[in-house]
Formats: sequence, C-alpha cells, structure tokens
Amino acid sequence: MKCKFKIKGLDCANCAAELERALNKVDGVKNATISFMTERLELEYDEENKEEILKNAKKVIKREEPDVTIEEI
Amino acid sequence: MKKKGIKIIISLILFVLGLVINFNNELINNIIFAIAYIIVGFEILKKAVRNITRGKVFDENFLMSVATIGAFAIGQFPEAVAVMLFYQVGELFQSYAVDKSRKSISSLMDIRPDFANVERNGEIKKVDPDEVNIGEIIVVKPGEKIPLDGTIVEGDSTIDTKALTGESLPQDVAEGSQVLNGCINLTGFIKIKVTKEYGESTVSKILDLVENASSKKSQSENFITKFARYYTPIVVIIAVFLAIIPPLVIEGATFSDWIYRALSFLVVSCPCALVISIPLSFFGGIGGASKMGILIKGSNYLEQLANTEIMVFDKTGTLTEGVFEVQKVKSIDISEDELLKITAYAENYSNHPISLSVKKAYAKDIDEKQIQDTEELSGRGVVAKIDNKKVLVGNEKLMKENQIKFEKCKDIGTVLYVAIDEKYAGYIVISDKIKKDSKNAIEELKKNNVKLTVMLTGDRKAVGEHVAEELGIDRVYTELLPDGKVRKVESLLKEKSEKGKLAFVGDGINDAPVLALADIGIAMGGLGSDAAIEAADIVLMTDEPSKIVNAINLSRRTMKIVKENIIFAIFIKILVLVLSAIGISTMWEAVFADVGVSIIAILNALRVLRVKNN
Repeated sequence: MKCKFKIKGLDCANCAAELERALNKVDGVKNATISFMTERLELEYDEENKEEILKNAKKVIKREEPDVTIEEI
Repeated sequence: MKKKGIKIIISLILFVLGLVINFNNELINNIIFAIAYIIVGFEILKKAVRNITRGKVFDENFLMSVATIGAFAIGQFPEAVAVMLFYQVGELFQSYAVDKSRKSISSLMDIRPDFANVERNGEIKKVDPDEVNIGEIIVVKPGEKIPLDGTIVEGDSTIDTKALTGESLPQDVAEGSQVLNGCINLTGFIKIKVTKEYGESTVSKILDLVENASSKKSQSENFITKFARYYTPIVVIIAVFLAIIPPLVIEGATFSDWIYRALSFLVVSCPCALVISIPLSFFGGIGGASKMGILIKGSNYLEQLANTEIMVFDKTGTLTEGVFEVQKVKSIDISEDELLKITAYAENYSNHPISLSVKKAYAKDIDEKQIQDTEELSGRGVVAKIDNKKVLVGNEKLMKENQIKFEKCKDIGTVLYVAIDEKYAGYIVISDKIKKDSKNAIEELKKNNVKLTVMLTGDRKAVGEHVAEELGIDRVYTELLPDGKVRKVESLLKEKSEKGKLAFVGDGINDAPVLALADIGIAMGGLGSDAAIEAADIVLMTDEPSKIVNAINLSRRTMKIVKENIIFAIFIKILVLVLSAIGISTMWEAVFADVGVSIIAILNALRVLRVKNN
C-alpha cells in the first residue's frame, strides 16, 4: 500500500536523499521517495504489519533528522 | 530566515571591522573575529555536536565545524570566520531560492477555488467547495472562479481557461455547456449543476498530479545524489591523508601548511549545492510546463522528452479534428441544396458519424412525414423512399449494384453517391479536417531533431496517406485495428537508438495500451477527460499538436541547464581541490567552490522558471 506524507523541516536536498536511503532500508518498506522541492514523502509498504512498519519508519526519521516532522495527507 | 539574516549582517560587520582596523594588538582583532564566528556559527556547531554523537561523520555541519575550528587552531582567524560566514550566506540564499520557486509554482497553480456559492432551500450559502454534493446548483458571479465541475443550467457568459490551458482567448459558454473548475467566469451570472465532487474535479486532479511529479525522479537527480554519496567521503579521507602524510614524508613540510590545505578540502567537500540545483531545475521545468497547459507526471518524463527520436501520432482527434464535415456537394440537374436535403432525409435515422455530419451540414429541421421508408444496407449505404421517390445514398458498390451510371469522384475522403429514382444525382464528400497547427508542429519537430514522424490510423489507406502527405509525415500505417497499433509501436521501439525515446501522441480515449507501451505517452485534450489524464505520462490540456513542440523545447532547455550545473559544479570543485592540494589556492577559493558555485547553480536553475507564455 502507498501513503503520502507532508515532510517538514528538511535542511537540504542531500539530507533528504540520505533520509530517503535510510527509509528504504526499513524492514517492510518497499519504496520510499522524498521530494525536497515539494516536501513530500511517499511510502510504499507491505499491508501486513503496517503499524509496525510505520512506527519503525518514524523512528528512523527521528534518529536521522530530529527536527523533521511528518503528517499524512 | 530573518533571524539568520540579522545574525549574518552583525557578523559581517564585525568581520569587516576585524579586517580593516588594526588595533595594534592582535588579540583584540582575534577576539572580534571569534565573536563574529560564534554569532554566525553557533547553530552549525550545535548541530555538528548533535550529529556526531549519532555517528554522522560526513554531515555538512560537522565538516564546516571541523574546517573552521581547524583554521582557528592554525591561527587563520579571518579565514575561519569567512568560511562560516559565507557558508551561512549560501545556506540562506539556498533556502530563499527554494522558497521562492515553491511559491512561484504554487502561485502558478493558483487555481484552487476558495469557496462555492450553493443554492440550498432557496437561499444562497457560501461554503467550502468540498461540502458541495453532486446535483446541487451553484451560482457563479462575474469575476469569480468556478469552484466545481458542472453543466450550466442558467445564463451565459465567457470564461477564462488560461489557468488550466495556457490559452489566453476566452471561451463563450451558454446553457448546457460543460464548465470546469479553475476557470474564471468573466461576464455573465451563471448557475451550474455540479457533476463531480471537489475531490474528483479537474483542479484537484491537476494539483495532485503536479505535486506528485517530483517523486518520479530523473536519472540526473539519481546520478547527482549518488555522486554526492561517494564524493564527500572520498574528499574527506583525502583531506585526512593530506594533513598527516606529507609533513611526515616530505622534508621541510610543516603540519600547519598541510593542515591548511586539508581544511580547504573539507570546505569543498560539502555536497549540498550540487544536489539542490538539479531537482530545483526539474521542479521549475514541470512548473513552467503546467503554466503552458502541459502537465508532466514526473521529472523522468521531462528528461526523456529531450531525447525523443521517434514521434508517433494517432490521426483522428490528434492531427485531425476528429469531426467529420461535409467538404463538397456536387449535384447534377438539381440544386446543391436539394441534393443535401434529400441525403439528409435519407440518412435521418442513422447515427453514423457520416450521417450526423450530413445532417449538420443541412442544418434545417427534418419533416419525418416525408420519409416513407428507409433501409440501411451494411457496407453500402441507405435505400430510402422520400416523397415517393426512391433514393439511394452510398458508396460505389451501391451504385454499381443498382446499375447506376455515375461519375467517379477523385476527392479524398468519404464519398456519398446519390441516385434519385435510379438516376445519378451527384455526390457529397465528407472528411475529417486537419488541425490548423498540425503541419507547423510536424515541421518544428523535424527542426528539433525528431528523426522520424509516424502516423497510425484505423482509417482507410487513401485518407491516411493523403493526411500524412499533406502534413509531411515520414511514415504512415493505415487500416489498423487497436491491437495493430500496439504491434506497430512495438516494432518501432526496436528501430530507435539505445538512448533515443519513442513518444506516442493520442487523444487518450481508446489508445491506453499504446500510451502505456511508448517510452513517453502523451495525451491531448486532457481538459475534462479523466481517461487521458490517467493513461498518459504527459497531458496536454488543449488539443493543439503545437504544444508538443513547446514541451520538447522546454525539456531541452531544462536538460541544458541541468547539464551546465552538473559540469560546472563538478569542474570547479575538482579544480579547487587540485589547486588546494598543490598549495596554489587558498581557503578563499575553497569558499567560492562551495558557496559561490552553489549560488551560481541555483541562479542558473531558476532560469527555467522564466518561461514565456505564448
């Protein structure tokens, strides 16, 4: 399944690219894309354990970029 | 951003003070530099500490902190302040540029309606467009934005569709006309019956599409982020070696000299400037395109469009109007009007596009009492009894079968021969009109290095070949069924070079499989057609083929800027790295290679946003 988020507080395009890489490594995440320009995060992940996957993804964001917040749209 | 600006100005003043005034005591100058540094660099230092505790060695903040603290350590006070100061100037400029282009895109996409005046229980209520249901009546005053898609039930007006189509000529609408949200009602007071919920409306779809476009990344974007991923660590590692090895190995080499060179490396190692200018260019390109009524669903498509080698067109509705029109009426013994009238009567009960075009050309009411009998003969035409006269309307076959002597018409198009009471009475030629700008578009495409233009059509050979010749299309395949079109595109895909792309242009109605198969699927007449918007990679809001030329030009321009930025930034960075390593360039050049390059690349990227709206 696919989910879109507004992602705020990213400092630079390279940080966005790094966070994107980190999110792609989260178990169960099939594909993560961050657009720095439109401040959007698109997450594609397994339907099963979606709560768990989302929780882990948020943890990764907290670890990589503490100032970044996401909000589902 | 303002706060950051003030800090930079204070720090800059102190920095200049420290440089210009000689206090006769180096300590005072150095204290001034240190204060300037803390003011402008405190945030960076804080972030550096935070990031390093999480093991992020190649973080920009950390690199800048090490470079500047190192400069202080070897006594290069002004350099230390300058690096931090200009780094912050660069950051500020970067966020300003990003902010500006985000704003300019959203203003260009300023088509979102704010409210709807809905009629409920005889009263007019101002509500959010979201809250209006299908079937409700909304009222739009002159000057207001139409908030929802619907049909006009009362009033007439002219509407401005520029925000959606890039077309500056206003359109006349009247009762029964379909109108789309995002258009501006110019002259009259209109009532509209809503046909779609806001979430499904044209504006919502367009906004969604443009906002999602940047998540489909181009190869250039992927290249640059990948480059940055290796570039920074490599430069940092070289810097470490540079600081340690030469002083140990080379006789007379001092640590302070080589550490200075290494610190310059750290300044140049920051990747961000490089990374931001590329998505910024694509973002600008996609935004500029939507201003012209061209919706591009991803940066990757914008990139590929520049390499279009083969352009395949559908005929009907794409290069031609898709509307059949009577082109010529030639009668024998009776008047042309009479011939048209009799044909229209004979074709009265048929819904075939050809029959409809005859009735449209006749344009008068048909008195059905005069039609005594009609029979459709499949593949031949119609036999009818009108005013007690036997009327035959059809193709050559029908005439021959009835042994009617007729004069063969050589015009291109569908020819209807007419016989009255077994006697030849004349013919009517019906054909599809070629769009005004088709020929020009094909010429322009050829000038723009599209190597092969192809037309596919289900239409008859004579008609297809005639249209292709008229337009100067290189190759034409006629009498194709839908799956035949798919097979032709498959074989054309094999003809292109490895880097070249094949684009298919259709009206999106029944060519979804071909649109999907082509490297780039372009649908035209997207305005109001959900099918086209769904199926294509690029949607032209109007149905002008010339928009394809605009799109290709824009794509080439964007790609040129992208390449300029990549080459320029990498070249300057490597040049300064080499010059620093051999001791020719100083930390000042390193600051330029970081901040200067970043500012120039961003300014260059912002050029994409400035598209002429013709």
